[in-house]
Amino acid sequence: MPDKGLGQLGDGLLFTAVVVYALAMLGFAGEQASRKARQSVTAVRDSTQVLVGSGGPSVTLPAETVTSLNPSRAGRFALALTGLGWLVHLSSITARGFAAHRVPWGNMYEFSSCVAFVAVTAFLVLVARGYVERSLGAFVMLPVVLYLGLAATKLYTAAGPLVPALNSYWIKIHVAAAVTASGAFQLSGVVALLYLLRSRYDELTAAERPTRFPVSLGAQLPAAPVLDRVSYVVIAFAFPVWTFAIIAGAIWAEAAWGRYWGWDPKETWSFITWVLYAGYLHARATAGWKGRKAAWVAVAAACALIVDYYVVNIFVVGLHSYA
Amino acid sequence: MTVPDVVQVDEATRLTTQPLAPQLRSGVLGPLRFGWRRLTSMRTALLLLFLLALASVPGGFLPQRRINPLRVQSYLEKHTTVGPLLDRLQMFDVFSSAWFSAIYLLLFISLVGCLLPRTRLHLRALRAAPPAVPKVLTRLPASDTWEGDADVLARAEKALRGWRVVRRGDELSAERGYLRETGNLVFHLSLVLLLVGIAVGAFRGFKGTVLVVEGTGFSNTVASYDDINPGRRFHPSSLVPFTLQLQDFRATYAPDGKALTFDAQVTWGRTQATTPYDVRVNHPLAVGGAKTYLIGHGYAPFVRVRDRTGAVVLDQPVACLPQTPQFLSTCVIKVPDAAPQQLGFRGAFTPTTITQDGRVGSSFPGLVRPVLTLVGWAGDLGLDGGVPQSVYSLDTTALKPFDKGQAHALSEGQTWQLPGGGSLTYVGTREWATFQVTQDPGKRLALVAAVGIVGGLMLSLFVRRRRVWVRVRPGAPSTVEVGGLSRTDPERFQAEFAELVRRLRE
Ligand code: HEM
Repeated sequence: MPDKGLGQLGDGLLFTAVVVYALAMLGFAGEQASRKARQSVTAVRDSTQVLVGSGGPSVTLPAETVTSLNPSRAGRFALALTGLGWLVHLSSITARGFAAHRVPWGNMYEFSSCVAFVAVTAFLVLVARGYVERSLGAFVMLPVVLYLGLAATKLYTAAGPLVPALNSYWIKIHVAAAVTASGAFQLSGVVALLYLLRSRYDELTAAERPTRFPVSLGAQLPAAPVLDRVSYVVIAFAFPVWTFAIIAGAIWAEAAWGRYWGWDPKETWSFITWVLYAGYLHARATAGWKGRKAAWVAVAAACALIVDYYVVNIFVVGLHSYA
Repeated sequence: MTVPDVVQVDEATRLTTQPLAPQLRSGVLGPLRFGWRRLTSMRTALLLLFLLALASVPGGFLPQRRINPLRVQSYLEKHTTVGPLLDRLQMFDVFSSAWFSAIYLLLFISLVGCLLPRTRLHLRALRAAPPAVPKVLTRLPASDTWEGDADVLARAEKALRGWRVVRRGDELSAERGYLRETGNLVFHLSLVLLLVGIAVGAFRGFKGTVLVVEGTGFSNTVASYDDINPGRRFHPSSLVPFTLQLQDFRATYAPDGKALTFDAQVTWGRTQATTPYDVRVNHPLAVGGAKTYLIGHGYAPFVRVRDRTGAVVLDQPVACLPQTPQFLSTCVIKVPDAAPQQLGFRGAFTPTTITQDGRVGSSFPGLVRPVLTLVGWAGDLGLDGGVPQSVYSLDTTALKPFDKGQAHALSEGQTWQLPGGGSLTYVGTREWATFQVTQDPGKRLALVAAVGIVGGLMLSLFVRRRRVWVRVRPGAPSTVEVGGLSRTDPERFQAEFAELVRRLRE
């Protein structure tokens, strides 16, 4: 029998994790805002020094304004909060697993929580490895918080046992791989979108044309080639994992339903997602398709993945019985 | 160290067997060759991949005949204008449609056409020495020069352990990461193998389903199935001979009626069903290349019918078809041997019976308060008309109902004395299971291909292919030039290159 108390603990911990992630997001945003403010402060100071140099009245800036806006402290704090949120999130998933006496990815609610967890993990790994600046966190945590919030309010399911068809050795492998790949894919989708913003921003500023929201956000983002590379690195990691997930799913389907592939809506959308990511990897090696066009493919593929999980589960009838 | 943004593309700096963009040449074969190179170009492959994804989309939204013909039917009934149009476009048979097939066939022709020359090139590269040093090393993505002498070449050979290194006089070429291209080719080749495996299964495979009541069985022959789905080139002699007997079926449910486990205890054997086995969901029985799956279950009330003469004319379980998650099931009982008139019954079986406003229902799928509720008829069942009839439907046109069509509810052990003589006894309850037997001779090939796909991909995406050159230019003093390039992960290559230069300059 499922353990109610532990299940509730898991839900509470997830809520806490979302709050901590939201705070981290604010921290990252604060870092960016204060860095921007600091740049203008420095600009002002430079111009005052010019004034001083040219014999004008001397102006001294109050020292606190600069220290209170210390961007790196805000950023480090936000990163620490992200780490803390990650730990709380991990305990929430663990509590769920123990509550239901099974792997903690047996329904859409738990699945979404795990996908977000993988995305945060991937972001932390990328920052630790030096692939991206942590300030990207503001843009990564926002979708994570929204996603978890939606999952908790719209897809909530109390901890309980699995339907028999899901009760197999292969489901653990299949879903674990699918969760891992999806988390990474969603992250890469966000990064690809940011890349599109940044490269459009670069294009407009190079042409000395004005930028408007959301393109103006480009000023806050890492350089376009960095974003392009990060989304590639993440997809190159996730694609074999996704491929493996599909194969493990086929092996499971063979054991459960007597055929390894049957074009069930869920299988069809997994296939579409797979083909689109294969297209992305191809595009990056095809003359005339590098850069923005490839990034659009990555965004389209991430959308196909969302259809696969949410639209198919909720609106299309199939054999995959997640409820 | 300099990092120029333009890299000259020549033989030495191409680290892939990727086909170059085709160019139209003159001559008779020119346009043909051009067309072929077009078809096997990266751009066409990309286009076909996008088309493949796009073509699958209707299959992901619209009901498909192969999966759920009933939903296609109801879709067609609901959408009387777009429905037939979509049907004409094969939108309900997407994955066997002409356009879907055209796309994937073109894609695979393109793939084979691209794979063969690439494999040849790669095999040649595997045996060849790394290419000679390019004239201008400073134009490579990573390069460095300093004053030094020929000792550096010996040091380079030591530093480049694990690389393929050739020394040509005062020059040294080194290369590493051939497995990347190997992996890429294995991946693409495995895609072709996968398609072959799928095709073998589709042509030579077999699928049959059969309903079996506890205490009875079937043997793996075409005739014993209720429903078969053979491949186009399937031959009945390829069916693995075995027989199977269902001894006991058990299902367990959570208090809310959600199914927890299904368990079919069977005995089987090549000739006689003697070996016990548990067929469960996710746990099929494998005999040779044939696999037996448990795909459904239901109840079969055991019924005994006597006719007016008192003779027992029916004494067997009757499989009822479940209609709701709580297993409210519909039953049809035909008694053609009854005299002087044939008898027919139709009604419902409810495992956990509740009565509401005079209607019976079931509140739980498990067997708690089973009731068989029947309406009876006497007359002609219409079985001799030559038109095959389903055992699950009753044609009442030539029948007269008992008691003006009033339903009779029977619990286990109860008997309904029919008006005018004869009786029907609900003796007890058995369960039935449906089994699906499949034989897919392409499955193993598909699995091998799947392993190749994942393995090839990992090599192709994680191995880094790179080249490094070292040249000592004589002079007073002599200079050392080092250059290198990598097709992927430039940051990591820059770090690796810097480390190499550090060791060479020691
Ligand atoms: C069946 C459809 C195909 C699929 C699913 C597919 C998938 C992929 C994937 C996922 C990659 C990236 C992984 C890697 O770099 O090895 C790739 C790379 C590649 N594919 Fe395909 N491919 C297909 C057809 C083709 C065709 C028809 C060609 C020939 C034009 C081709 C040529 C290549 C080449 C040359 C690369 C390496 C790109 C590079 O140099 O980085 N592929 N393919």
